[in-house]
Amino acid sequence: MSGLVFLIPIALFMGALGLGAFLWSLKSGQYDDLEGAAHRIFEQEDAPKDGGKEKAETHDRKA
Amino acid sequence: MSCCAPGAEAAAELAATPSPETDDETLLASSRALEDGLLQLELAVPDVHCAACMSTLESALGRLDMVDTARVNLSTKRVRIAYRPGSGRPSDLTRAITGTGYRTFLLDPEAEAATDRSFSELLRALAVSGFAAANIMLFSVSIWSGADPVTRDLFHWISALIALPAIGYAGRPFFRSAFRALRHGVLNMDVPISLGVLLAAGLSLYETLVHGENAYFDASVSLLFFLLIGRTLDHMMREKARSAVRNLARLAPGSAIVVHEDGHREHVPIREIAPGMIIELPAGERVPVDATVIGGQSEVDLSLVTGESVPEPVAPGSALLSGAINISGVLTLRATRPAADSFLARMISLMEAAEGSRAGYKRLADRAAAIYAPAVHILALATFAGWLIVTGGWHDAIVNAVAVLIITCPCALALAVPIVHVVAAGRLFERGVMMRDGAALERLADVDRVVFDKTGTLTEGRPVFSGQMFGDPAMRERAAILAAVSRHPFSRALVAASGPVPQVPGEFREEPGHGIEARLGDGVWRLGRAEWCGAVDTQGSASAVWLSRDGVPVAAFGFDDAPRPDAAAAIAELARMGKPVTLLSGDRPAPVADLARRLGIADFAAGLTPAGKLERLQDYAARGERVLMVGDGINDAPALRAAHVSMAPSTAADVGRNAADFIFTRDSLLTVVEAMRLARRAASAVRENFALALIYNVIAVPLAVTGHVTPLIAALAMSSSSILVTLNALKLRLGDTLPASAGQKAGRAVQTMAAAE
Repeated sequence: MSGLVFLIPIALFMGALGLGAFLWSLKSGQYDDLEGAAHRIFEQEDAPKDGGKEKAETHDRKA
Repeated sequence: MSCCAPGAEAAAELAATPSPETDDETLLASSRALEDGLLQLELAVPDVHCAACMSTLESALGRLDMVDTARVNLSTKRVRIAYRPGSGRPSDLTRAITGTGYRTFLLDPEAEAATDRSFSELLRALAVSGFAAANIMLFSVSIWSGADPVTRDLFHWISALIALPAIGYAGRPFFRSAFRALRHGVLNMDVPISLGVLLAAGLSLYETLVHGENAYFDASVSLLFFLLIGRTLDHMMREKARSAVRNLARLAPGSAIVVHEDGHREHVPIREIAPGMIIELPAGERVPVDATVIGGQSEVDLSLVTGESVPEPVAPGSALLSGAINISGVLTLRATRPAADSFLARMISLMEAAEGSRAGYKRLADRAAAIYAPAVHILALATFAGWLIVTGGWHDAIVNAVAVLIITCPCALALAVPIVHVVAAGRLFERGVMMRDGAALERLADVDRVVFDKTGTLTEGRPVFSGQMFGDPAMRERAAILAAVSRHPFSRALVAASGPVPQVPGEFREEPGHGIEARLGDGVWRLGRAEWCGAVDTQGSASAVWLSRDGVPVAAFGFDDAPRPDAAAAIAELARMGKPVTLLSGDRPAPVADLARRLGIADFAAGLTPAGKLERLQDYAARGERVLMVGDGINDAPALRAAHVSMAPSTAADVGRNAADFIFTRDSLLTVVEAMRLARRAASAVRENFALALIYNVIAVPLAVTGHVTPLIAALAMSSSSILVTLNALKLRLGDTLPASAGQKAGRAVQTMAAAE
């Protein structure tokens, strides 16, 4: 019984962490283009110009 | 230029003709402001399909100084560009895209604004309910395996702490819909769902407070979780189809060139064009309003307006309907009607008047809810009354009545229809058919007659070289040399059929409405109409082109609006399925009869006006026949709307595409048959699902009424019935809907090759 006192909060906290991570990734547009993400691994070089990718995502979020 | 770009020539042409995509002001107006003075523009790029496409486009755009970032979204087939408006013209962006060989279209800002935010709300609700269901289930399992009363009470309290906020958050889509239905005095499936979830939560809270044994938090939250899965998938499917359709929608050029009396030209919005105004119409443009030709000679393509497959020559005095495309020369027109009263507007109002049989159609799920919801509520009431009379105890009566509501809560029933539609829509999407909504699939399943339009539907809608009528076969190469300088459909067909055309020095001139004249080393050659080439047209067929040398006809070539691949096979397949096929066309009787004979259609009518087609469709409806209409033209739009269910090829006119329930993007007409088969299989899967839900109720309800339902039984019964229904729907993914015919295999091979390239 006494073990439950900290085990349950830990379990719930970890679950909530996962939920929070999902909601964050949803909001930052990571699920916008699942098909494109699968193809992007074939890209030869890195982002086209001045680190395009990160910036594009920034715009998604702020827009 | 990328290996993947399929229509480089078409794209180059697109860049040459004025369109909303090359107009700076339209592009600026469609952009959205970001911070730091950047603007963001989103464009449809329907042809991107692989990693190479994405990097080609992104690097082509990235090379422009004005571009901050460009990112292609492969799922929606769009590119999102952030740019600095000060350092370049917006049309450079579209030009950079067309320069790589990809087509690009502006998206209709109004349609974009209408895209709802409910999808991310659904996803968040799904995540929250999933989290809550998993955690509560952990506690429930410990309770079921026999926790002592103190631990049980603690676990109930923790469950309540998780469940109540989760239900409050994740249940909103259902509560809202149920509330709306109740306010309008109707019962939909969301009413018993909301009631069941809320009552289960309320009863469990009461049980927790009184240290009771049974709490149903797990049941109510996992119920929400399952239902949200179904609803999210349903939403994804519809949004996917809708955005694909929006990508196809071409913005009609909003203006036309008006020539004022003093001779200066001005772009005037189409809706401001008044009768009597003089309009200049370049080759390749659509006639903006109904008008009469007062100058110039050309030919117009009427295939989307009347179904006429052969380009019609026009000269001063000819009347033109809006929507016709000017093919070869510049025309001067005098407007005869304002836009609001032109052909296109008349078709739209005819279409709106022709709501037809589908307005009265009630969706299967709604029909089921109309029976089910009252039955469940009466049953719960009866249980309550029964227990009150037999035992006289309020507590047992309430608990058992609520148990009935929980156990009958139509989880399986609410999933039964959408899950089938989602699977079917996914399957159709793979086959190149886009479905507007699930109700259309239900209507497609009970079709008993199929009506086709001719030009552009049964046929390709463009002429194909059919053979040389007379003359030396070597003349064909000479004809192709002349044809290569022209954009006339016949010329293009000739060039396409002749392979590579050698370069010949000489002087070429295109005479709009007549043909092409070339002064080559060995004489003056002409390719065009019979009388212009000094020949006598004996057969009266407009679909021939003559070649003459120094005024002497030396050869003639025939053209034909070729049927789509597999058209005959599709018609035969429909006959085998016992569906009568009818051909209704606005074209002249001769080509219609000819095509009907070639495809084996016995029932056909030619020369029909749009109202005539509509009347036919209404006749069928009056006789109780449910008709599938397949058509593409502006003149088909009213008939498409009046039919029980309708399909259009993706090449259809915008208004026709908007009127249709299904849009197919492949050339083969067998996709129509395939869609019908799948619709029928989906309909039987829905019926099976209803039967499964019914069986589940027959077993579980007596337990609930007699007071034998424990939370464990409730959780098991509801989860298993939901999973069973889902598995049954997934069955649609198995098996081929159609025995792959030779044509289909060939089509696949071509596709595979294209993909491999």
